[in-house]
Amino acid sequence: MSLRRPASAQTILSSARKPGGRSSRRALWLGLAFASPFIIGFLFLFAYPIAASAFYSFTDFNLFQTPRWVGLDNYSQMFGNPTFWQSLGNTLYLTVIGVPLAIIISLAGAHLLNFPVKGQPLYRALVYLPSIVPIVVGGYLWRWLLNTQYGFLNYFLGLFGIDGPAWLQEPDWTKPAILLMTFWTVGGTTIIYLAALKDVPQELYEAAEIDGAGAWRRFLNVTWPMISPVTLFQVIVTLIAFLQIFTQPFILAQERLNTPSAGPGGSMLTFAMSLYQNAFAFLKMGYASGMAWVLFVLTLVITLIVLATSKKWVHSANN
Amino acid sequence: MPTISAPVPTVLHADVQTPRRRTPSRHRLRQVRRYILVILLALIFLFPLLTMVSTAFKLPSDVFHAPPSLWPKEWTLANFAEAFDQIPVWQYLANTLFISGMSVLGTVLACPLVAYALAKVRWRGAKPLLIVVLATMMLPPQVTMIPIFLIWNGLGAVGTYLPLIIPAFLGTPFFIFLIRQFLLGVPDELIEAARIDGASEFRTYATIVLPIARPAIITAAIFQFMWAWTDFLNPLIYLNDASTYTLSIGLYSFFGQNTVAWGPLMAACVLFTLPALLLFLLGQRFFIGGISTGALK
Repeated sequence: MSLRRPASAQTILSSARKPGGRSSRRALWLGLAFASPFIIGFLFLFAYPIAASAFYSFTDFNLFQTPRWVGLDNYSQMFGNPTFWQSLGNTLYLTVIGVPLAIIISLAGAHLLNFPVKGQPLYRALVYLPSIVPIVVGGYLWRWLLNTQYGFLNYFLGLFGIDGPAWLQEPDWTKPAILLMTFWTVGGTTIIYLAALKDVPQELYEAAEIDGAGAWRRFLNVTWPMISPVTLFQVIVTLIAFLQIFTQPFILAQERLNTPSAGPGGSMLTFAMSLYQNAFAFLKMGYASGMAWVLFVLTLVITLIVLATSKKWVHSANN
Repeated sequence: MPTISAPVPTVLHADVQTPRRRTPSRHRLRQVRRYILVILLALIFLFPLLTMVSTAFKLPSDVFHAPPSLWPKEWTLANFAEAFDQIPVWQYLANTLFISGMSVLGTVLACPLVAYALAKVRWRGAKPLLIVVLATMMLPPQVTMIPIFLIWNGLGAVGTYLPLIIPAFLGTPFFIFLIRQFLLGVPDELIEAARIDGASEFRTYATIVLPIARPAIITAAIFQFMWAWTDFLNPLIYLNDASTYTLSIGLYSFFGQNTVAWGPLMAACVLFTLPALLLFLLGQRFFIGGISTGALK
């Protein structure tokens, strides 16, 4: 791919500025050539699959026969299926509790890591460390920590006189267990917050201090507005991650190698797990494709709602 | 420094009239409290990993002992030997390494090319393509998961490593974006100079652009390695023969009908985590840079 270009500054400038003409066509080919890996990837991994998935969602399709058009059957079946609602409920439970807590934990952690103490990079690295641990390893490790007989968690609770629950056996406690495990890997979010805190101009704190603002006031009036654009980003990213949560509950509930288990009373079956189950265990490819679109629309609507409210609480540099 | 948890310091009002340093003892007390809080935070995040390591080196009688203790009564390598007996650890490590290595190769070859087209080639398609790249980043992978599986199934590639490797050679939107952001900061003059010297566009790319973009490319390579190394969903979908398993799905072999071989499992978990840990220690500055890119730029 050595596209030779006439070596005069004149043509280079004209190719850069002037629309139309030979040189702009050259630039077009050049752009297409350099972008070709992604253009091919987009066609095969995004464009066609999106269209195919939309089509499958209106068909009865079990992988071995050609898809048969059934209109909206998959969707009406879904809305009448208790498992669909349970998996949606489980996912929303994790999202509604998980997102705010993950944000609060990350922000509090970032504040501590921002203390002017020696060894800051070390503490930061230790907080981030769980995020590089393979998620499967993390899952099995938490199963061990949550073990009612030999696990450390209930042992520590016992030290405070609390009789810890059977985390992964009692339907009411499985979701808190999943949340605990996900909070262990908020290191990435914490580091982004730490960078945002370091970006807040120091003069603002000095000014607030002269006005007699205490630590909490300074946080509310200086820190929170200044980092609110970052908070918006983190809320959306965390929200999407929770709505699609799959591996953590899969591993914590796992009873077979390659099919999701629902956990006690179905309490750990998330939407993405149920989708996987329908696609690859029950081979209901059309139904599962429909679920994927429901998930997509749900994600989109919730994200748009967050964005719509953001004008009220996200501080922009212009006003 | 503001803190959420610290109570409002009452000394503040006295400071308003005559700004001066706080009395040394009060300052020291506050500093001690900061050390305690931040060390406690780091320990909470570290502790689960410590239990993983300690369980891996414990004797079975020690593993299944209540109350649990962090320090093994007697250090033993028996769990590691047992792990190698129960599952082909080397095979799984090699499989995982192969997939991760090939994915990194694909990312390093493809993503900078596309990023260059987006950042430095002046063509009509740059802007629309950027929007497409960003849009694909937002799409839930569940939407495309089934048709992509059906494509690979139709090609007879389910059960091979191709579905886990080829996508990296077609460019990953997140890394394309990351490298593009980096390239935007590179002055055009550097590239124009090479063009005026008569270098072909690809030569300019290979000799000028790639070396400059190295930090961003390394960041992308490290993250790609981590994603592939720890990936669970894709191996789960595409690998169906035990000899091709990665560690992510191979570890389940330690789960029996009614019991779990916790000692050997934790030993295998340690081995699975070590390469990621090593990469993290060597490339820490790239990690921190990469994590922040998405949020702050």
